[in-house]
Amino acid sequence: MSMEHSAQRLKGRVAFVSGGLRGIGLACAERFLAEGAEVVLSDLDAEDSATATEVMAKLGQAASYVSANVAKEEDWVRAVALVKERHGKCHILVNNAGIDLTGPVEDLTMEGWRRIMSVNVDGVFLGTKHFVPMMAESGKDFRGGSSIINVSSIMGLVGMNEVSAYNASKGAVRLFTKGIAIEFAHKKTPIRANSLHPGFVETPLLKAGFQRWVDQGFAEKSDDLVAGVVGSTPIGRLAQPSELASAAFFLASDDSSYMTGAELVIDGGWTAQ
Amino acid sequence: MAGRLEGKVALVTGGTTGIGAAAVRRLSAEGAKVYFTGSKEEPARALCDETGATFSKLRVQDAAGWPGLIDEIIAAHGRLDVAFANAGTESGDGSIEDVGLEGWNNIVAVNQTGVMLTVQNAILGMKRNPEGPVGSIIINSSMNATRPLGNYVAYSVTKAAVCALAKSAAVYCGQKKYKIRVNAILPGVVETPLITQIMNAQPDPAAARAMYEGMAPMGRMAQIDEISGLVAYLASDEAGFISGAEIAIDGATTAGMMGV
Repeated sequence: MSMEHSAQRLKGRVAFVSGGLRGIGLACAERFLAEGAEVVLSDLDAEDSATATEVMAKLGQAASYVSANVAKEEDWVRAVALVKERHGKCHILVNNAGIDLTGPVEDLTMEGWRRIMSVNVDGVFLGTKHFVPMMAESGKDFRGGSSIINVSSIMGLVGMNEVSAYNASKGAVRLFTKGIAIEFAHKKTPIRANSLHPGFVETPLLKAGFQRWVDQGFAEKSDDLVAGVVGSTPIGRLAQPSELASAAFFLASDDSSYMTGAELVIDGGWTAQ
Repeated sequence: MAGRLEGKVALVTGGTTGIGAAAVRRLSAEGAKVYFTGSKEEPARALCDETGATFSKLRVQDAAGWPGLIDEIIAAHGRLDVAFANAGTESGDGSIEDVGLEGWNNIVAVNQTGVMLTVQNAILGMKRNPEGPVGSIIINSSMNATRPLGNYVAYSVTKAAVCALAKSAAVYCGQKKYKIRVNAILPGVVETPLITQIMNAQPDPAAARAMYEGMAPMGRMAQIDEISGLVAYLASDEAGFISGAEIAIDGATTAGMMGV
């Protein structure tokens, strides 16, 4: 669907996207804006950084940015206060910020383990915890209620060689999402919660991860790793961030009003094999 | 919402009532030319008048009838882009102890063989598209694929079977480099005319309704148009990287247990 013909199906809604300056997060922000939503995004970059300034100029007036570390509770408190002050409501939360960590389990450090858990798991918990009161109120505005979209991974569904820490963190996101979905539904809190499970997506995180494997001598060049991944994906290509954004948009919209506690796997058939 | 499926041609099996009819309405509203099958001619005529869709009387388990339908669709529109394998039954089902061979065979014929024939013939049709094999196939499974019902053994088994069918077909299409995606959706309890009929036939319809509503943590049944939103998304190019997936749409029913 071209953006020009977009039906503005998120008009009147406010969205918060963590990890919003690049990759899947940025694509989500762009899509929500194209559908008429107002969007606040967060990332680690300083508010006056070149990247933040450039991205925000491109996104336009309906978007705003807050520098926040998802692993820090005080940053979430500040982010929620800012959304409340600027918009007074929040209907969509995309807990997207994430990092990776690979290597043999005996070589992983406690520090590295803590770090990935703090971003990938604590970040999702804290974002949810602090946005829920506002989203519960805002959820009354629309048939489908508010929507929390937690970005897990196919690595939250299946294990992979030397990916144990990332597997554990993304598996936690998957079940945390089911837990809160049942909790909200049970209490008739108008918030739905679902997890997204991207396969291999052409993002800065994927490129950086592949480069690290090249540096560690697993492959000669990053392109060989891409070719390997593409070759093992039935659809035969990498996903584009916009394809994850359209899934997030579907989960954010009233079209998914009966979907909660579900997993949306977007992996070109990778886990179906 | 108009336009997302503009230029596409879709087929919905079991389209005369319930989830199928809602899908016919939604796919038509988004711009697709829609064909649907079924056995109830009266509601079919009304749905054609309402949406501009075309009805073709076909029993999905009738292997001999399929090539003619695909030919008819391609003769009329030159292509096939979307197939929603929705037709299903639970007629004659029972528990493992009680189910009769006739009931079992009937359910397997419609829910499993019928879905296989739908997917097979849809792929054959999609291969005739001018730009090569492209399309999206959506199988209507059920949450009972993962949460089988004690009193509906054939229904539960066939709904699980078609999930494997979706994955097998998805992987195969990838191997053949067909740009055909195949996915399964797993709805919870949907307030279809069939469910309404079952509820009303109980000694205490209100209690029956409460029982069905209480199955989902969300505390209600799905409305039929809440399923068609997912069907339309999977049908569209927006879902271009989704294949071989099982997607629950059940108000958190299969997400876990409600607790105390």
